[in-house]
Amino acid sequence: MKKGSKNFAEDCEKWQLISEDLPKDDEQEAQLAVTDLCCGYEQKAVVSNVNFRVQMGDYLCIVGENGSGKSTLVKTLLGLNKPIGGSITTGDGLKRNEIGYLPQQTDVQRDFPATVWEVVLSGCLAGSGFRPFYNKQEKTLARENIEKMGLVGFEKRCYRELSGGQQQRVLLARALCATRKLLLLDEPVSGLDPKVTLEMYELIEKLNREDGVTIIMISHDINATLKYATHVLHVSDEVFFGTRDEYLNSEYIKRFAVAGGVE
Amino acid sequence: MSFLTYFQYDFVWYALIVGTLVSLCSSLLGVTLVLKRFSFISDGLSHVAFGAMAVAGIVGLTNKTYITLPVTILCAILLLCTGSNAKIKGDAAVAMISVGALALGYLFLNLFPTSDNLASDVCKVLFGSSAILELQDYEVWISVALSVVVVVVFVIFYNKIFAITFDENFAKATGTKVNVYNLIIAVVIAVIIVLAMNLVGSLLISALVIFPALSAMRVFKSFRSVTICAACVSVGCSLAGMLISIPFATPVGSTIVAVDIVVFGLFFVIGAIKGAVKK
Repeated sequence: MKKGSKNFAEDCEKWQLISEDLPKDDEQEAQLAVTDLCCGYEQKAVVSNVNFRVQMGDYLCIVGENGSGKSTLVKTLLGLNKPIGGSITTGDGLKRNEIGYLPQQTDVQRDFPATVWEVVLSGCLAGSGFRPFYNKQEKTLARENIEKMGLVGFEKRCYRELSGGQQQRVLLARALCATRKLLLLDEPVSGLDPKVTLEMYELIEKLNREDGVTIIMISHDINATLKYATHVLHVSDEVFFGTRDEYLNSEYIKRFAVAGGVE
Repeated sequence: MSFLTYFQYDFVWYALIVGTLVSLCSSLLGVTLVLKRFSFISDGLSHVAFGAMAVAGIVGLTNKTYITLPVTILCAILLLCTGSNAKIKGDAAVAMISVGALALGYLFLNLFPTSDNLASDVCKVLFGSSAILELQDYEVWISVALSVVVVVVFVIFYNKIFAITFDENFAKATGTKVNVYNLIIAVVIAVIIVLAMNLVGSLLISALVIFPALSAMRVFKSFRSVTICAACVSVGCSLAGMLISIPFATPVGSTIVAVDIVVFGLFFVIGAIKGAVKK
């Protein structure tokens, strides 16, 4: 489905306009509303017809087979890729750059010389604007989030020497420095052992329940999805979006159950 | 002639001042380049600078910086900022531009020879030979000014450079203007390379950028301590290299790099011992 370049330019413009003019007429305003989103690379659509809304305090899991375009969708939601069509709008006081992000680990980070403190503090960067150094407020925020993630005493430790679970918590603390409202987690438990995986899930749930942080999580783990999520977005040739219970009664879950096994 | 008598000469002082500043600047961004897997970019750009230098020589400019600086900056921007969208990807683009510039530079030098001894001219540009000891007043001033600019820019953007190096996607997603800062990094790298041409010559610039960073990374664990250590190592090695090369009449550039290699070996051993002790 190739569109003319003119259409694409118009779409981009439209998207920018919409994301600045926040819709205010909803009953309960959505923090993030995605309408007819079509994303991909260089005009080639990987995922199309994505529609969903996330409200404050929701816990949305995005599931789907490998290669179904989950990562592309995430990149588009974060604004790293331009959408080919459709719109992403933010509201309820959420700004476009207030989406905290927990990425999958990159190679660069495996041998990066940086302390926990330096990494967490770097989450405050977006708020610091043109100011070259971090101020007291930002340092306090970083300290609070280190505490929240149970990393007190690790501040001076080298990031690359931590265990996988600890590294994830450091990145989570950094993401919390960038937002208090919405976290986007890209397979937060991949590569972690079962015990640490459970701890990670509980930590995320705690953020969701106690701090009211909206969670959008990409997950391979269908059991965890069904346990924690309030809403599910299933990405494949067809896209499903609904509450957890709707998902349980849909035919999509059956396809997944055959492939992945539901307990 | 005793060692101290060398310090009577202005040119020795010029060399020491410029050498210190250049090595300080080149080490600052070394950490970023190494971590971003951009080590080869400094190498590629130095070849571009060689080509530009050759052209500047033919045109007959006394101050070759007027041509080498803009050309190198342009290529740096092309290489670093086209990024993932480019039709020809990263390392291939670097290889293409660098050998292309090298070949064209040498070709032009042969077609329009400016002096009788072509081989010596080329060697000078490639390995720096003793160019650092033949600096003119204005060259010293340009070097000092550019170095100060590089250091100031680095300090101002230190936190941004850290964030972009550690996780470019996160920085971009949370609203940092990553492209602007990549552009700044590209320009600064180009300036450093043009500066370092005088000190070590275009073939050895990468060593000046990469060795101190790699040495520091063996031993230190925070970004800040690695950066500070790299700067100290770089300045120390350059001073030692120059002070050895002046009385012994060895080529300045290669002596400095030799010292850098020895220091890297030392740090490697220290790092290994430190790691073993911990276990």
